Amino acid sequence: MHERQPIVTLRGVGKTFDNGVMALDGFDLTVQPGAFVSLLGASGCGKSTALRIIAGLMQPTRGSVERADGTAAHGIGFVFQEPTLMPWATVAANVALPLRLKHVAAAEIAPRLAAVLARVGLDGFAEAYPRELSGGMKMRVSIARALITEPALLLMDEPFAALDEITRFRLNDDLLALWETLRPTVVFVTHSVFESVYLSQRIVVLSQRPGRACADLTIDAPASRDAAFRTSGAYAAQCRRVSEALREAMAEGVVAAGSAGAGGRVS
Amino acid sequence: MRERRALKILLPVATLALGVVIWDMAVRIFALPPYVLPSPALVATTLLTDGRLLGGSLAATLLTTLEGFALAAVGGIALAVLLNQSRWIEYSLYPYAVILQVTPIVAIAPLLLIYLSPRAAVLVCAWIVAFFPVLANTTLGLNSVDRNLVALFGLYDASRLQVLFRLKLPSALPQILTGLRIAGGLSLIGAVVAEIAAGSAGAGSGLAYRIVEAGYRLNIPRMFAALLLLSAAGVVIFFLLSWISHLMLRHWHESAWDADR
Repeated sequence: MHERQPIVTLRGVGKTFDNGVMALDGFDLTVQPGAFVSLLGASGCGKSTALRIIAGLMQPTRGSVERADGTAAHGIGFVFQEPTLMPWATVAANVALPLRLKHVAAAEIAPRLAAVLARVGLDGFAEAYPRELSGGMKMRVSIARALITEPALLLMDEPFAALDEITRFRLNDDLLALWETLRPTVVFVTHSVFESVYLSQRIVVLSQRPGRACADLTIDAPASRDAAFRTSGAYAAQCRRVSEALREAMAEGVVAAGSAGAGGRVS
Repeated sequence: MRERRALKILLPVATLALGVVIWDMAVRIFALPPYVLPSPALVATTLLTDGRLLGGSLAATLLTTLEGFALAAVGGIALAVLLNQSRWIEYSLYPYAVILQVTPIVAIAPLLLIYLSPRAAVLVCAWIVAFFPVLANTTLGLNSVDRNLVALFGLYDASRLQVLFRLKLPSALPQILTGLRIAGGLSLIGAVVAEIAAGSAGAGSGLAYRIVEAGYRLNIPRMFAALLLLSAAGVVIFFLLSWISHLMLRHWHESAWDADR
């Protein structure tokens, strides 16, 4: 696995915003193709900034970002924290948007649209408008839109944070099923230890702002995860381990900020 | 819900009826001559007897209004799109759009009449008054696009034109329609102001011109009848534009959600 070319590599990436806030500093990350990696950290630790830098939506102030050629050809899918749908357009028009923007012929769009809607469980909703859908359904539309280009790299920025637990669990399962069949590389940002352990093969724990990779944990768990896994002892043990790493990362951040005299507060 | 809707229609109608009755009683009780205050019945008859003359004038004013409105709509939206393309253009032009708006149109009209034919001057007045709300609202709409959607379009390498037509303009549609709704009423006002400024100097035949003319002749009933037609035209324009706006937004915008159920 390690001899394969990484799909994305970040070296010593730092990001300082115009208002002087340093979101990231010395952030290193290497993602192998086909992996499901979670970036775990507290609110405001810069994990969303890291994701946007990976996507190319933001330029780093320092350091370098390298993407494999495949990401250019197949593109990157991005799922935002909010569904971020065009309210004036139907589900079909929202999902087909990436293809329309690339001037793909309508005849080619139709079957791909039908397939991706079926895959995320949105059959029969093609003509619905976003406001007629529940929060979970809107998120499914957002995921379908990201998948329709069959991206090599799927980036997700706390996509399920605003959903209720029942919906979140169901979308977690559906996302895992999607990942197992399509095998895109997924970088998933979350502040939930439980969600990250349930979904990922690997978890990168970020420190307090400015964010750095503090711990890099591999999750040893069965390939197919389900409700039984969620209540298993193995799952609990992994969660404990990740929580411990997160606590250390938080503490380290405070010490670092304190010693630098930045007066960093735990937010 | 149905009761409330009925009240919303019945109450204004009742107020109108009451107003007309009081008006009529005042004319009778104080025995006011028609050249001071005509009775409602006399205004209604004048509306009928002068129907041909006033109808023609109404058509003339409405045509000017419509042309001014169309120019304001196209000009306002086009200018807003232009300003949205670059800060340089925005900073250079926007202040002058504001100055054009805050300078009272009644004061500009006589000047325009010197340089332009009366017809063109009237049209330019209607345009000046009406274009600013379209410009201001469209600018607001174009600047309030969801940042994440902009990022998404960027991620898929959307061209400037694609961003404009697939994202910015649809997203700004509610504000554009608000601007157009205001502009509809204002272009009527602009047309009327210009007709009055043109006065007898102009070859005008619009309703405002009829009011001025009837005023000179102390034909007060005709003044009232023409005024009534102008108000009615304004109301019709407002409801027409509101209805179009509702039709265009009903599928997606919150403002049109409740009314649709």
